[in-house]
Amino acid sequence: MHLRPATLLTAILAGLILLAPVTANAATTPTPSPTASTGTPEKNPVVKGPNITVTLKDVKGGKGEPVPVPGVKLTVHKDSKTGEELGTQTTDQAGRVSIGIPGNGTYVVELDPKTLPEGVKLSGNGETTKTVQVKIAAATFVQFQIGAVVVKEASFGSKLIDASTSGLKYGLIIALAALGLSLIFGTTGLTNFAHGELITFGGIMTYMFNRGLGLPVIAAGALAVLASALFGFAQDRGMWRPLRNRGTGLIAMMIVSIGFALLLRSVFQYTFGGSTKTLSQYVAQGRSDYGPIALSDKEVAIFAISIVTLVVTCIALMRTRLGKAMRAVSDNPALSASSGMRVDGVISSVWILGTALTGLSGVLLAINQQVNFQMGFKVLLLVFAAVTLGGLGTIWGALLGSLVIGLMVEVAPVITLWGWHPVPASIKDVGALVVMILILLVRPQGLLGRAQRIG
Amino acid sequence: MDFGTVIDAAFSAALGPQAIVFALAAIGLNVHFGYTGLLNFGQAGFMAIAAFGLAVSVVTWDLSFWLGLVIALGASVLLALVLGVPTLRLRADYLAIVTIATSEILRLIFGAVEFKDTFGGSNGLTGFASTYRDLNPYNSGLDIGVVSFSVNDLWSITVGWTLVGLGCLLVWALMRSPWGRVLKSIREDEDAVRSLGKNVFAYKMQALVLGGIFGGIAGIFHILKQGSAVPTDFNTTFTFYAYAALLIGGAARVLGPVVGSIVFWFLIAGLGSFFGQATSGTDPLIPDFIMTNTQSSLIRFILLGLGLMLLMIFRPQGIFGDRREIAIDAR
Repeated sequence: MHLRPATLLTAILAGLILLAPVTANAATTPTPSPTASTGTPEKNPVVKGPNITVTLKDVKGGKGEPVPVPGVKLTVHKDSKTGEELGTQTTDQAGRVSIGIPGNGTYVVELDPKTLPEGVKLSGNGETTKTVQVKIAAATFVQFQIGAVVVKEASFGSKLIDASTSGLKYGLIIALAALGLSLIFGTTGLTNFAHGELITFGGIMTYMFNRGLGLPVIAAGALAVLASALFGFAQDRGMWRPLRNRGTGLIAMMIVSIGFALLLRSVFQYTFGGSTKTLSQYVAQGRSDYGPIALSDKEVAIFAISIVTLVVTCIALMRTRLGKAMRAVSDNPALSASSGMRVDGVISSVWILGTALTGLSGVLLAINQQVNFQMGFKVLLLVFAAVTLGGLGTIWGALLGSLVIGLMVEVAPVITLWGWHPVPASIKDVGALVVMILILLVRPQGLLGRAQRIG
Repeated sequence: MDFGTVIDAAFSAALGPQAIVFALAAIGLNVHFGYTGLLNFGQAGFMAIAAFGLAVSVVTWDLSFWLGLVIALGASVLLALVLGVPTLRLRADYLAIVTIATSEILRLIFGAVEFKDTFGGSNGLTGFASTYRDLNPYNSGLDIGVVSFSVNDLWSITVGWTLVGLGCLLVWALMRSPWGRVLKSIREDEDAVRSLGKNVFAYKMQALVLGGIFGGIAGIFHILKQGSAVPTDFNTTFTFYAYAALLIGGAARVLGPVVGSIVFWFLIAGLGSFFGQATSGTDPLIPDFIMTNTQSSLIRFILLGLGLMLLMIFRPQGIFGDRREIAIDAR
């Protein structure tokens, strides 16, 4: 059984938001024995003032709801494992300990593996210590996990199925953003380095509507997509259209978009802060089985929403008048203009559609994982890779490229050759990027791009 | 508000080691982008491979420092060749994406926990700079009011500005040679150059290698001046900042990248120090609800992004450049 970090993290974060400044968390598997070991306290109250609070929860490999792990001894040391001991506590029925600390600094949380209930083992490398940087003055929320992955070694087949499922999910989320990028590139020729920030925009807007205005996540997501579309429209009218009319070159515009990306990312960090935050709903969800694959409800929703959106968008591009106009402008702007199309109007619609799709990918990414000011920046290169791989500016290419990239990212770490991992799990993006470069070597125009003489 | 500190921070950064790293990297980008029109967005990759070439040679393989330098520069040449073969035949935007991807691949591999034994993981490598430090002839630091440098920094800026000077001399000499004129014509019209019987691919490759070597020198200097090679230093943002520095000074000008880096760091450090002071203390100049001390460090990056946009829109040639000489209309 293989446990994805996303599920784990969401499980961890579930009980954590309301807790004190620093919360350490451990997820363990398999199910702990129902009877708590002797000496388990009824309830550990969260200490007033600066403290480190740890909630141990068994995510049971992502199946079912997380269960607290009581009766585990945790110790907090100052500076290092051998440093001054600040307190020891045993987790209560809610799996919680709370130990007061003197103030800012470095702390090491140590878990006594001998006190773990029978059948429960630390996952990952079985690390029993975790170092925490406490910066209360800046109100930074430090989140971490003690070990993470299920101990039981899964068969290659089930790992492959799991990885392919999450790869497809990731690929579909990327595909939404890639389609947006590809549409905008096709019609305007702009290689938009600020595209990652448009993804982040969707995620952050969802967070704002959800946590700020208290709307349910679904409503917040819908509003975030609208806000993204509006943002795209404003961006085109306020910036890109005037630049096109001035006759600014494409490379100059590309560099303008780099500046815009730096600007937006810093503004996001300024307003949203540097920490990673979660939405109020659908954070930790257990998985249910659908044949050989296990999916949580939100993952089913992500699959459904992205597939429906992509299909509808593609049909619209193929069948509707506006869709045909978009493809015509993408093909040859000058000819479209001389045949009487309002090219500027079409480009405006492309921006609206493109940023709405990209915003939706940000919303889904936020629901799938968490919200961070650079969530989009981190995906940007994969989106670029997907679009380049499929063929710059082609619609089907963007979709195909995204699925290839998404699958490569998740499946590559699972593959072993003669006991050797070609792509280590900690750098799984590398495989996808290498594949992109290799495919470009053979087919410089991308998988579905039109061949043209270049260089 | 202590403006003395602001001025000191600004000037020290503008003349200090960090500006030199940017100047060297930007000289390389100038050869790529300014003179040849190649959109290399992976300069951080050239820096990283040279930096880790040196660090791994000395720390992991226990070779001598000087042999390490040779390996480091050899690695950046090799990267240029490996990158050049597939990408130089591609359109400009493909080249940009492949180079940016390569630089990320390198950074991720150097920082991967699985290769910790070779590359030191996310903490990187240390303990390779002793030969460099031992060569330091200075005994004390420098503090003349407007600028202040520690004894190590003083040695670094001596070495660094010498390298920058030599680099500029080399670029100046090369670009007024027939070889340099071919590069500039490739930037203007590749097909015309090809029709004159020149091997465009070979010229582009030579330019890529030359600029890559400058990137490599920048990477080596970067890890020597701070004594540690950390993978996260070589992220893509670095390349973008180096582009910003190049464009401020003016592309396709010998001194453009140097002046650009000085101005870039003057502004970054000056603004950082100004807003840092304006938001610190019990009664800050800017009230807490508008800007906290943590937020103040971001203002300069917001302004940097805005500045880069405005620069590219209204004055793409930067301070020194000639508008007709910038390869911004190419595709």
